[in-house]
Parts: sequence; structure tokens; C-alpha cells
Amino acid sequence: MAKSEIRVGGLGGQGVILLGHIIGKAASIYDSKHATLIQAFGPEARGSACSAQVTVADEAIGYPYVKSPDYLVIMSPDAYTQFAPQLKPTGTLLYENELITIDDRLPAGAKALGIPATRFAEELGRRLVLNIVMVGFFAGVTGLLSKDAMEKAVKGSVPKGTEELNLRAFRKGYEYGVELIGAATVTG
Amino acid sequence: MHADPKGVLTGIHFIDGDHAACEGALAAGCRFVAGYPITPSTEVVERFASRIPLVGGVFIQMEDEIASSIAILGGAWAGKKVMTVTSGPGLSLMMEHIGLAVITETPCVIVDVQRGGPSTGLPTLPAQADLMQVKWGSHGDYEIIALSPNSPQECFDLMIKAFNLAETYRVPVFFMMDEVVGHMTERVEIPAPEDIDVVDRKWTTKKPGEYNVYQAGADLVPEMVKAGDGYRIHVTGLTHDERGYPAMNPVAQDKLVRRLINKIRDHREDIVDVREDGVEGADVVVVSFGITSRVAQAAVEQARVRGVKVGHLRLVICWPFPATRIAQLAETAKAFVVPELNMGQMVLEVERAVCGRAAVLPIGHAGGTVHEPATILNKIMEAAQ
Repeated sequence: MAKSEIRVGGLGGQGVILLGHIIGKAASIYDSKHATLIQAFGPEARGSACSAQVTVADEAIGYPYVKSPDYLVIMSPDAYTQFAPQLKPTGTLLYENELITIDDRLPAGAKALGIPATRFAEELGRRLVLNIVMVGFFAGVTGLLSKDAMEKAVKGSVPKGTEELNLRAFRKGYEYGVELIGAATVTG
Repeated sequence: MHADPKGVLTGIHFIDGDHAACEGALAAGCRFVAGYPITPSTEVVERFASRIPLVGGVFIQMEDEIASSIAILGGAWAGKKVMTVTSGPGLSLMMEHIGLAVITETPCVIVDVQRGGPSTGLPTLPAQADLMQVKWGSHGDYEIIALSPNSPQECFDLMIKAFNLAETYRVPVFFMMDEVVGHMTERVEIPAPEDIDVVDRKWTTKKPGEYNVYQAGADLVPEMVKAGDGYRIHVTGLTHDERGYPAMNPVAQDKLVRRLINKIRDHREDIVDVREDGVEGADVVVVSFGITSRVAQAAVEQARVRGVKVGHLRLVICWPFPATRIAQLAETAKAFVVPELNMGQMVLEVERAVCGRAAVLPIGHAGGTVHEPATILNKIMEAAQ
């Protein structure tokens, strides 16, 4: 891996920034790589569009923005509409498949892998951990960073007392992702 | 001396530039901050406000930036290391008190997380258009020091340097971040307190009665006292003599202004800090600072792949400007390429130093984002022709 660019998109309140933060933290603190996180910064409050850009690389990162991501992690229909066309044709879309419907906005050749992350989170007891289910899904599908590093980053990033719940959420997404990899659908 | 362990969050963190700048200030010994929140700098003071009760110190959210910039001067004369934090519109309001800090020789750090201007401009988007303002924004003749970090790690490391320079030269030191560096999250390693060198204030050893508040030795920097130590001192924005009393005549003016300027100019070569990559013998030298240096480095490496002998000189300290070094490089370089997130400020200094001996190609940008590496690459290729 020389350099991987990731865009995370969703609604304010879904934990979009934390999702990007955990990937960056896993890479730069626990997996000896370089990572840069940029968050779209604006007057948004909960409920409006929100996104994060993460670059993970073996070497120091110069240009910090993500223009054309290798991985797109999407949790809301609006974020899908906005960011799907930017995905590299060789890239992978990871999406909440009970909230988002894939259409021809996705570049031809790009992979699309869905997960009912909100339902899984509700089954675990708290809808709030939806983003951590997505973190696990990202880890399981991409293999970009080690599972150990990702789990450490989850533990180190969530409020004290919620570590166990969040690790269960991570593992749920991770296992679903690992199982799904073989059955990746090509769309577009 | 070493850093006070109370302020040092030793360890490896994944934090943004604003937070790292705050940690740098705490590690440097800053114990008083007055500020007024303004995007994209607010996270610096938010973190300081939450951390300082545990470290031991004071944060005050003032009514505006004018009040903030005078409150820190009071804090410094009460004996603390001090900082204020702002962005463009706030910086404009602070200009009066930057001059006061200069003439009263009050050590302080002013963080400017730059955003697009003029006026309210682009609150949430970057620029590097305050370069000349930090140098010349207040009235009168003076010199200041300005640093420009390009990563969260440097926001920590260089902030310690900023405080050390403020104390060494008793001068306002500007910390010129920008929105990208401020809101960018990366790995930040904070060393153990015993591995952080901090400069203590230049306290006097003279007794009350023997001490003159503005009497300077060979380094042109007077010794300082603080309120409550039993010294009777007078600190004023009027031109003053060595005792600090107003002395409004051309002789006193000449003596004071020359010393204020020369205490920086005489140490210019000690203060200047540049990072060089392959500049010796290069045909093209890219000169950059802050966030633009990261984009420029990507372009420089691409140009080398295409066979261009190109070097990169990055200003870690923008003021004083490294004119001597650029003049040396102008003896052999064919061209200088100067990308910056403004419409041409640092390039004026580069032109002054190059003095017609090589071509100088600016790459202006109105701000709101960073340059595309391809834009800089194309200019390097043009310069190499």
C-alpha cells in the first residue's frame, strides 16, 4: 500500500468524523503508517451533511485533501448523491444498505458493498453505535489496517464505559464484512 | 530549563493542529490566555480552557479581541507566559496592542489561524494572506518574529520555540497557522518534560533601586521584573528612557526605536529558520511556508522525476525573512518559484533578496483551499525552460 484515500459521508450526529478519526488513529498510532484526517468544516449542526477525508500512506503525506477516494464510506442518501461520482473507478463503496439505494451515479467498475449497519446497531442495543459497525465493516472489507490496530483505536476513541458495546459493534461489522468480501457485487 | 511536567501531556496522540498548538503552549509554560472565540482558531482556546484548571493557570474569554490583546500584556507583567489566539478579523482588532507589546517589550505569543479575507471573508477556509499584516500591521517602526507550522506535530514543536523566542527577545511572536493546519488531524508525539527545553523569562538579579526597567546590555534585551516583587516601575506606550519614564524627544526616540529594531536585526541570522531540500546547485528553487510547503514538496518531487534540478526552501520562521540565504542561492539558481495562499506577499521579499539576479515566478492564490500540486509543477517546468 503506497497511499489510500478515504471519504466518509453521512449526517451530523451519525458519528461521521469519529469514524474517520478511528481509521486515522489506527493507522498513525497503532499501525506505524501516516494518516491525515480533514473534516469538512462548516456551520452544519446535527442532521445536516457531514464528511471526513482520511489519507493513509506509508510515506509522509503532502497534499492533504481527498479528491477521488479509493474507499467511500457512506451512511446517508445525500452523502451518496454528493460523493458517489467522486469514487475512483477501481474504488470500493461501503454503504448502509437499508438507507441508501445504489444507482448509476456510482462509477462503472467500482465495487459496492452494503451493510444494514443501523439495524445491527439497534440489535446491539444502541442505534448510536452505527458508525462503529461501519468502522468494523471497513476493517473487514478492506484489510487496509490490522484488526488489532482498529480495535485499539475504537477502544481509545469512545467514551469510557462504552468500550464493550463498541467493540461488539466493531466485531459485528468486521465479521459481516469478511463474509461479504467473496460475494462483492460489481455494479454500473 | 526543562518543561514543567504539569503542562506536558507526554504520549502519542491523534489530534488536530489547534489542539496541538494548545498543548505546545502548555508545555512551553503558558499559564494565562485571554481570547475571544473565532473560527478557525476556537479549538485552541476551547482546549486551553478545559486543560488549564488541571495545570494551574487562567483562561479568560474577554468581550472582544481588543480586550484580549491587552489582557495578555497585563498577564505578562504579572509574571506569566501569555498567549492570545485569533483569526483575521480579530487580528485586525489587536493591532493597537501589538504596537504596545513591542514598545513595552512584553513577551507574548499571538496565534493567528489564518482564513480567507479581507474582512469576514471565508471563516472556515484557509489563506496565508496575513503575512504582511503580522509584520507591518501596527503603526510605527518595529520588528517582530513569526513562525509558520505545516502540521499538527509542528504546531506543538514550534509553539515551544515561539514562546522561547518571545522570552529571549521580549517581543510579540506570531504563530501563523491556517485553517487546514488548524483543523487537520495527524499523529502528534509529545516528549517527556525533561526532553523539552523552555526558556525562562529574563528576570533581573538587581535589587530595587539599582534596577532600570529598560536598561539593556549588549544583547539589547532588558531584564524584566513582575508586579508584586517590590520594584517601582513605569511601563508606557510613550517613547521612554531607561527608567521607563516618558521622554518625548528625538534623541530618546532614536535610541529606543533603534534598540527595539536592532535587538531582532542583530540576531537575525540566529533566528532565521529554513528547511532546505536540494537547494544547493538547483536550477529552480521553490520558496514556500506553512501548508503550501506540503503541496509544494509534492510538486518538487514530481518535477525531479521529470529531470528538473529543483530545490525547496521552506520558511519555518517567516519573519525575520531569510534574505541572506535567498541572496546566496540567487547566485546560482536560474529561477525562484513562490507559491503562497495570497495574491503575492512573500514573493515581494523574495524579489528583494534575489535583486534581479534570477527570475522570480509568483503563484498567487486567493485562498479558500490549497494549490493543486499540478499548478506548482507546471510553474516549476516553466521556470526550468
